[in-house]
Amino acid sequence: MTAPPLVRTSRTPHPVRRSRRLRDNLTAYTYMSPTILVMALMMATPVVMVFIYSTLSNVVMVKDSTFVGAANFATLFGDPIFRKAIGNTLMFTAASVTFHLVLGMLFALMLNSTLMPRLASSIFRVVYILPWVFTASIVVILWQLLLNPNGVVNYLLRTLHLIDQRVEWFSNPDLALLTVIFINIWAGYPFFMVSLLAGLQGIPADLFEAAQVDGAGGVGRFFHITVPQLMPIIVAMAMLDFIWNMQQFPIVWLATGGGPLNATETIATYTYNLAFSKHQFSLAAASGVVLFLVSMVVALVYVRHQKARD
Amino acid sequence: MTTATHPARDIRADRGPSASRRRRLIRVWLWIGTLVGAFYAGGPVLWMLTSSVKPNTEIFAYPPTFIPERFTLAAYAEILGNPEKVRFFLNSYTVAAGVVLLTLFAGIMAGYALSRFDFRFKGPLGAIIISIQAVPPITLLIPYFGLVVWLRLYDTLWALILTYMVATIPYAILMMTGYFNTIPKDLDEAVKIDGGGTFRTLWRFLVPIARPGIVSVGAYTFMVAWNEYLFALTLTQNRSNRTVPVGIQLLMGEHSFQWSEMMAMSVLGCLPVLILFLFFQRQFVGGMTAGAVKT
Repeated sequence: MTAPPLVRTSRTPHPVRRSRRLRDNLTAYTYMSPTILVMALMMATPVVMVFIYSTLSNVVMVKDSTFVGAANFATLFGDPIFRKAIGNTLMFTAASVTFHLVLGMLFALMLNSTLMPRLASSIFRVVYILPWVFTASIVVILWQLLLNPNGVVNYLLRTLHLIDQRVEWFSNPDLALLTVIFINIWAGYPFFMVSLLAGLQGIPADLFEAAQVDGAGGVGRFFHITVPQLMPIIVAMAMLDFIWNMQQFPIVWLATGGGPLNATETIATYTYNLAFSKHQFSLAAASGVVLFLVSMVVALVYVRHQKARD
Repeated sequence: MTTATHPARDIRADRGPSASRRRRLIRVWLWIGTLVGAFYAGGPVLWMLTSSVKPNTEIFAYPPTFIPERFTLAAYAEILGNPEKVRFFLNSYTVAAGVVLLTLFAGIMAGYALSRFDFRFKGPLGAIIISIQAVPPITLLIPYFGLVVWLRLYDTLWALILTYMVATIPYAILMMTGYFNTIPKDLDEAVKIDGGGTFRTLWRFLVPIARPGIVSVGAYTFMVAWNEYLFALTLTQNRSNRTVPVGIQLLMGEHSFQWSEMMAMSVLGCLPVLILFLFFQRQFVGGMTAGAVKT
């Protein structure tokens, strides 16, 4: 948002001007009122509530709760499963963002290539965007079918002699997290691809021509022109993707529920489990607050970055 | 950059026989890459489609049948003939329609205010609206549970409409503000001189001009509402209030080996978004990119 700052004159405002400003304020707030109403009720209130919850002994399911300060946070960080969830979340997020970026870039470059016929390019663009159209619960069901021990992926891998027996992709604790990450990569890269493609199309062609004249090869052009030109988009997208993947719930929850043996437990599934399986709403609130604070820090960096660009 | 003064010679030098061979090689690799990519992205989707028209006994046939041996639409007939399953779809449409309408209403109004007026706390308000998009849904869910019960909306579609709007309104505002900013303010002045109020200016003049933006926001909002899972799972309880994403998982839990039916439901479940996407591809993509990169 690049709202022009309010212009304030140093002289005392003329009465007419002041009444006009009052009227403008009134009109503007009338137009803002539906948004403010919804956000006050469904955003401000719950955020305040969750912070209060996180300092109480227990809430929602019990009547009398007492103030316990930071005790919930101490309990939380003392729990090895929570610490594991933090590690898993970082791994899940870092791997997802990296591969979203790499795949998105690769696909965008292929689609944008001058060697690719226009029609083929637009057909493949639709195919590449497909995974993004599916809701998480459908994505997970589909991959549960594909990755079933008797499913087609195991069949193909065995036919190609890449594995010699059926792999349990979801219930093997060593593989579960990688499987979930793989699914999440499939579901999320189109978002990067679309933005990078738009960015690629915005790079002036004469930059490439000049580089070609300078004798830069394909790789040189990529690193000296494409990447620097796309850098603002890449940084912005990576930060947004980081925030979203850190909070990712449905894919992990539906694929493994955080198991087996907490192998895929993330902060989101851990929080959900605390609240809705164990009914420990205060601990869940504390866990939610941790996720909230981390998200806000990244968001702040993101907003700063956007401001710096303008 | 010194060679840039002789561009013609250098480019000609690049067009020798070896260069054209290299070009052909690159083209071959490009096609291989593109097809591998298409297999990765589209293969699973194709498998969903073929599985949905197989009889259930053929799903795990060994070796797998890539083209169904016995083509059947029984799975689709079962879903469309079962009122309980059709209900999931009706609920999803109701929620999505409600969210789209209310989001557009709030988003257009707020976008207009942010684009056309200077008012107190405008800057902070804009910043808050952006940062709302970063608030984790799981964090909100815990207080929502109590809040929604208190509002007597638990296990109603209204609970979903209201909570989804929190996620969709900020995006709508950012997009609408951007769109209104591209419309010259002279237009407003002209309407004002003709004796029209701001309300009339907005709905009779600006909204029709901003229609492409509104369509794109509407399509995006529909998609978010149609696909949401976490709140739908937690804030509704009765089967008759479940939406498609939760409904599919319910069926998965109950008769988990009816794979062809699951796949048919998945195909039907993504159809509305797919159609929207194919129709409004340009606006979708443009809106998404603008929303993510140029906030």
